[in-house]
Amino acid sequence: MTKVTMTVNGKTVSGEVEGRTLLSGFLREGLGLTGTHIGCDTSQCGACTVHVNGRAVKSCTVFALDVAGAEVKTIEGMANADGSLSVLQQAFQDCHGLQCGFCTPGMVMASAALLADNPTPSEAEVRHGLEGNLCRCTGYHNIVKAVLQASGQDITAIPA
Amino acid sequence: MPKDTGIGAPMKRREDIRFLTGKGRYTADINLRGQAYAAFARSEVAHGKINAIDTRAASEMPGVLCVMTGEDFAAMGGNPAGWLINSRDGTPMREPKRPVLAHGKVRHVGDAYAVVVAETVEQARDAVAAIEADITELPAIVDMKAALADSGNRVHDEIPDNLCFDWGWIEDNRAAVEEAFAKAPHVTTLELVNNRLVPNAMEPRASLADYNPGTEDYTLYTTSQNPHLHRLLIAAFVMGIPEHKLTVIAPDVGGGFGSKIYHYGEEAAVLAAAKALKRPVKWVADRTESFLSDAHGRDHVTKIQLACEKDGTFLALRTETLANVGAYLSNFATATPTFLHGTLMAGPYKTPLVYVNVKAVFTNTAPVDAYRGAGRPEATFSIERIVDKAADELGIDKLEIRRKNLIGADQYPYTTPVGLVYDTGNYAATLDKMVELADVAGFEKRAAESKARGKLRGIGYSTWIEACGIAPSNLVGVLGSRVGLFDAATVRVNATGNLSVMTGAHSHGQGHETVFAQVVAEKLGIPESSIEIVHGDTSKIPFGMGSYGSRSLAVAGSAMVKAVDKIIAKGKKIAAHMLEAAEDDITFENGKFQVAGTDKAKTFGEIAFSAYVPHNYPLETLEPGLEESAFYDPGNFTYPAGAYACEVEVDPDTGRVEILSFTAADDFGNVMNPLIVQGQVHGGVGQGIGQALLENTTYDENGQLLSGSFMDYAMPRADDVPFYTVDHSCNTPCTHNPLGVKGCGEAGAIGSPPAVVNAVVDALRRGGHTGISHIDMPVSPSRVWQAMQA
Repeated sequence: MTKVTMTVNGKTVSGEVEGRTLLSGFLREGLGLTGTHIGCDTSQCGACTVHVNGRAVKSCTVFALDVAGAEVKTIEGMANADGSLSVLQQAFQDCHGLQCGFCTPGMVMASAALLADNPTPSEAEVRHGLEGNLCRCTGYHNIVKAVLQASGQDITAIPA
Repeated sequence: MPKDTGIGAPMKRREDIRFLTGKGRYTADINLRGQAYAAFARSEVAHGKINAIDTRAASEMPGVLCVMTGEDFAAMGGNPAGWLINSRDGTPMREPKRPVLAHGKVRHVGDAYAVVVAETVEQARDAVAAIEADITELPAIVDMKAALADSGNRVHDEIPDNLCFDWGWIEDNRAAVEEAFAKAPHVTTLELVNNRLVPNAMEPRASLADYNPGTEDYTLYTTSQNPHLHRLLIAAFVMGIPEHKLTVIAPDVGGGFGSKIYHYGEEAAVLAAAKALKRPVKWVADRTESFLSDAHGRDHVTKIQLACEKDGTFLALRTETLANVGAYLSNFATATPTFLHGTLMAGPYKTPLVYVNVKAVFTNTAPVDAYRGAGRPEATFSIERIVDKAADELGIDKLEIRRKNLIGADQYPYTTPVGLVYDTGNYAATLDKMVELADVAGFEKRAAESKARGKLRGIGYSTWIEACGIAPSNLVGVLGSRVGLFDAATVRVNATGNLSVMTGAHSHGQGHETVFAQVVAEKLGIPESSIEIVHGDTSKIPFGMGSYGSRSLAVAGSAMVKAVDKIIAKGKKIAAHMLEAAEDDITFENGKFQVAGTDKAKTFGEIAFSAYVPHNYPLETLEPGLEESAFYDPGNFTYPAGAYACEVEVDPDTGRVEILSFTAADDFGNVMNPLIVQGQVHGGVGQGIGQALLENTTYDENGQLLSGSFMDYAMPRADDVPFYTVDHSCNTPCTHNPLGVKGCGEAGAIGSPPAVVNAVVDALRRGGHTGISHIDMPVSPSRVWQAMQA
């Protein structure tokens, strides 16, 4: 076991991990941050997406030890300081961009990173940008709509 | 001005706050003090005789607490099939025992034969690798036709020719159907495959078992769509413990789509391990285990024939289907290809004669059971494909042939030749709405524009119907169901006027906590914020049958309305006493009990308070308290229906299909929350497009699952699908439930696959490939390209 220290959602945290411990496992089991979900074992589904130093990363693809010293942000750190939903989270609720909620943390984290890179994406850019995150409930319609709304674009022309 | 509260309002979901902030509570998120971890040893061969399983080395691995094999569970009961099907000759289906862990033989890749429990999940997995299983591999039975040719190679040694049943529906119609075919001016024939799918709810299955030796009580946290059904199956059938000694809790569940209806062996195994170790035991499937061991869906091979007049009038329809049930009978496996499929073969049409034959076949593959739509997508795909083929053969427009044969709006109740009575509908109305929304009139212009760019554009339709709200119990009982299919609700009015509503339905994405509260709020004239919807815990909720088959609102919602009506009736008695009026003179409206024609009134809150602080209360004639339960067993199925259009563009150089638009006009009866209904249709259509274009479960000839991960199994992704146009304005309310609702959960997955394939075939035929009449799903670029070369 090796000690690892990183910043998670603005707080410095440490824990003892095995070399094989994935960041996703450290967040969930080591820190109790169970909002980061594990939906596959091939880094395909994106449910475990978090931010590492501001970039979207599938937390099942990196070892906890590899992100020692990094700034990590998870879904638990996405709301506004007063606890209210961020613009992006609110857009997901407004647009019914989630159903079972399991892919949702990864979708929000991936969407936030997408918008940071490209503040006014086209529909095609949103779809391409979220291609690494699987959702089985929504058919993606309302997720794409939510991201477009969060970017401040007019979504009234998008069909119901 | 649309409503912003109550029935019909597009209310945002209350569930979303916890899901959007990482505060959902799924089974894998729950940890109990002192818990150990289970891992399962799974067969690497599709078919094999277990000679010996040596667990000694595994038992001595670090952290290992116990190792159990199929032998340890041999005395336990089998996991039963919930539906008894009789073959055409009257003999009952063959029903092999489905043990907790494989015993004697392994019957599919992934069949679990041992479980290790250890201090950590890594230790448990490491120890699984140290189990030495001496298994003699036997030839795998994969192909259904080969399975039926009795070569002596059997999935279950006691079942000859691997046949579960040979079912005819309706057998008495067979001769008349054959006669109609013999005389018919035109017969269209089509052979097709309904591709095998893996449900792939994003949350893998998980179970956490706890046992209290002091009380002999078990608790199971698990990924279930129906916690009471799980409890019943585990307690009464498998483990042989009293139901009241087992609590099943299905907390937040990350999607089900059918795959979490069923009881699986892992659940009983962790319960047994928890008892043996006197410690909680947790198991969380990884995605590979899900692919290998979750119940799969579809997997039909069908020959369908349609007899018609030269003008396209349908005269008779018959089908012969081989339905794969896999290695064991999952709980609804026998109902899915029969009563959820054969009874729907009339579709929305007036076809006077229909006969369906289904042979269910055991193979060395994972069990196959209901997956979103469950039998109805298979029926709809067969019907809607052959309708298109017949139209092409007869030179009739695809919309015209449908219009000609749709059941008329004035023909209800309509009795079909396959045993259902459709209570209401207006199929022409949804068809017209679809034609308008999809701008069918402008299609030729768009097709010309595509052609100018070297692309082939096509449009495909599907007019579909389904039977939902699964029940009524007496009818399903006649049809072989071994369970009742009612549902239940308890409405507890708390002393301060807020409500806890306990429902037998389970929400795993459907938004019941929001919608059910809207319904109760409307009925009682109180705000939604005063109402809590409780589900998923057998120690809290009444005995209901859970959520599948688009039944939640139609069945559990109806039970809830009945319970609310009882609350109002009792409230009137309390109000009559308090207001010194006759009970018959009390009205209830907008949350107020009022003496008719006066301004004397009590609020709902005042009545609730009086029920619990009964100082001025008719105690001699009325019990205190305000809590009512109701059970509801429907009088009929509900029959949602709709008309879908899909427009595609095919790249003739690569065979790649792009979906340009998808339009769904549905009749779901009354709509409680349009936002949620739209979302259900989007999701269903997304899955249907997945089936039509992308998804396929492939076993090789040795029974190895080739599509066993998200690397190999093509799930629809955000850039595979368009924005959908969804409409539900053409509503004919259900005539026999109090909300007039029909159910919307499966519609999209039922109606969309044939619309997509019809569009692709249309594009190819318009592009000059008139020899193409069908391409099996998934309509992948290679299949399309190959069809174009033929």
